[in-house]
Amino acid sequence: MSVLVYTENWDGEFKKLSFELISFAVKLAEEMQTEVVALSVGKTKDEELKKLSQYGVKRILKVENEEVDQFDPQIYAKVLSEVAAREQASLVVMADNNTGKALAPRLSVRMKAALASGVSSMPDSLSPFVIKTRAFSGNAFAVTELPTEVKIVTIAQNSFDLVEKPSEAVIEDAGVDISGMKPKTVVKEVEKQTDQLLLTDAEIVVSGGRGMRSAENWAPIEELASLMNGATACSRPVSDEGWRPHEEHTGQTGKVISPNVYFAIGISGATQHLAGVSGSKYIIAINNDKEAPIFDAAQYGIVGDAAKILPKLVDALKKAKSA
Amino acid sequence: MNILVCISHVPDTTTKIKFSENNTRLDTAGIQWVINPWDELSLTRALELKEKSGSGVQKVSIAHVGPASTEPTIRKALAIGADDAYRVDTEARDAYQVAANLAEVVKSGSFDMILCGIESSDYNGSSVGGMLAEFLDYVSVSGISHLDVENGEVHTTRELDGGCEKLIVPAPFVGIVQKGIAKEPRIAAMRGIMMARKKPIQLVDAADKEPLTVIKEFEPPKPRPACKFVDPENPEELIELLQNEAKVI
Ligand SMILES: Cc1cc2nc3c(=O)[nH]c(=O)nc-3n(C[C@H](O)[C@H](O)[C@H](O)COP(=O)(O)OP(=O)(O)OC[C@H]3O[C@@H](n4cnc5c(N)ncnc54)[C@H](O)[C@@H]3O)c2cc1C
Repeated sequence: MSVLVYTENWDGEFKKLSFELISFAVKLAEEMQTEVVALSVGKTKDEELKKLSQYGVKRILKVENEEVDQFDPQIYAKVLSEVAAREQASLVVMADNNTGKALAPRLSVRMKAALASGVSSMPDSLSPFVIKTRAFSGNAFAVTELPTEVKIVTIAQNSFDLVEKPSEAVIEDAGVDISGMKPKTVVKEVEKQTDQLLLTDAEIVVSGGRGMRSAENWAPIEELASLMNGATACSRPVSDEGWRPHEEHTGQTGKVISPNVYFAIGISGATQHLAGVSGSKYIIAINNDKEAPIFDAAQYGIVGDAAKILPKLVDALKKAKSA
Repeated sequence: MNILVCISHVPDTTTKIKFSENNTRLDTAGIQWVINPWDELSLTRALELKEKSGSGVQKVSIAHVGPASTEPTIRKALAIGADDAYRVDTEARDAYQVAANLAEVVKSGSFDMILCGIESSDYNGSSVGGMLAEFLDYVSVSGISHLDVENGEVHTTRELDGGCEKLIVPAPFVGIVQKGIAKEPRIAAMRGIMMARKKPIQLVDAADKEPLTVIKEFEPPKPRPACKFVDPENPEELIELLQNEAKVI
């Protein structure tokens, strides 16, 4: 038996999310009295792989065949199912991000393994295996039993704390047989945002809504975000108007994020907006309408004109930083 | 080229979600049912492609897994402009069972492009599209924010964490779509509603597949503590609270 963690890498590097996955799996494996095996697919340096062992994984398998240079869900699902079978994994863990969403469902059918996606808490029980999944766009949790022999769980980013547990890890080639498998899609072009903190990775997010009035008024939002090493976001009408790029749109039809702190500035707090941000640990609202529904979701709030409050907030933050 | 758009039938996104029978069932009283927002956008894009000259798209069909009570949602999709519909006559129980049933629809017809939404706003599993592709052993492209067909060749843009990838995709394939695929969902016009009454809904026999997961009960999200208000004249106080009380910045 084992817990298999699929640790994605980004151009050969891991990020906090990878360590969250390991931390989650190590904790669970202890409760299940079994071992964690990490699987890395695509080229990475061994010193990078060793970073995973900081969080308690002792066995790391890698697949670096040229067949996996391009992310192809069919090939990757085959790799994962082969390794999971060989390692007798009773649980496969991966991230509920673009890659996990592309891969986990394929793996579920391949292995006839029940899938729980978007998990943000530890299982309610191990036997039977019962875990909460996100339902009705954040308006409920579905307490779900996974009765199959092999189970798959995808976890929401920034939902589990990192637990350092330095260990010695052995790194082995997974030795999967995928020679001759070729991606059937052809990649014409890849565009990457470089050097920019991704909204989904950010622990602090400063978001503006229609109450910000126009694109020109975003400077204090950007300044607040950069002072706190955070990212900027927006409500849907703001990206529809083209005030902000579409990658910033959060909510039901945009990105679903769960940062530590979410500042909602000039955002009314429509259910479709909250669907994307209700997993935030703290919501802070600034709105001139004290009846705005966002205040029901917020722990801290300021009722007033954002245009007047934001400059003061920026100053206060600068002062606090220099103190 | 024929497109099949998979449609999920979900509570309107503003519905106050309540449960009954000791929180084991969704309380459907008073719920307005709609086409899942993503599926509405897929359908819109499929119709745009059909209308685009030289795309080679001939027909747009829809598929749904659900009992007869969901037919108004199917009629709505037909009114928006789909040519015909397939309904698998069984209760939708989990993503696995729904995907298995959709696979039966795909096998019963001849489709080159099958579109699913990135998630259904009820169970948010983001699973049906990928599962369907695996049941069929088809190529799947997930997170599609742009879709086009030129001379029968399918071009897509797939969103990555921090970027995007432009792909040429061979048919048949399953496309799993997200934001960007179409600007606004198309709305049914009066003529469309009249025509939809005559469009065929073909019944498909349910696949012999059981669900893999069992929902034991539903839990409301943890209630948030009441909001603490800070004097708008003194926003410094907010920074103070975030640093010393919440300890998050
Ligand atoms: C199917 C569907 C999906 C949707 N998906 C999403 C989604 O993913 N994300 C999303 O965000 N929306 C989504 N929406 C739209 C959603 O219903 C709301 O319309 C939207 O969230 C409102 O955006 P807003 O809060 O920025 O604007 P508004 O609702 O217009 O709110 C602006 C707020 O700013 C306040 N304000 C005005 N002036 C000031 C000022 N000077 N200072 C401070 N406050 C001020 C107002 O009091 C108000 O509360 C969706 C809708 C549908 C039907």
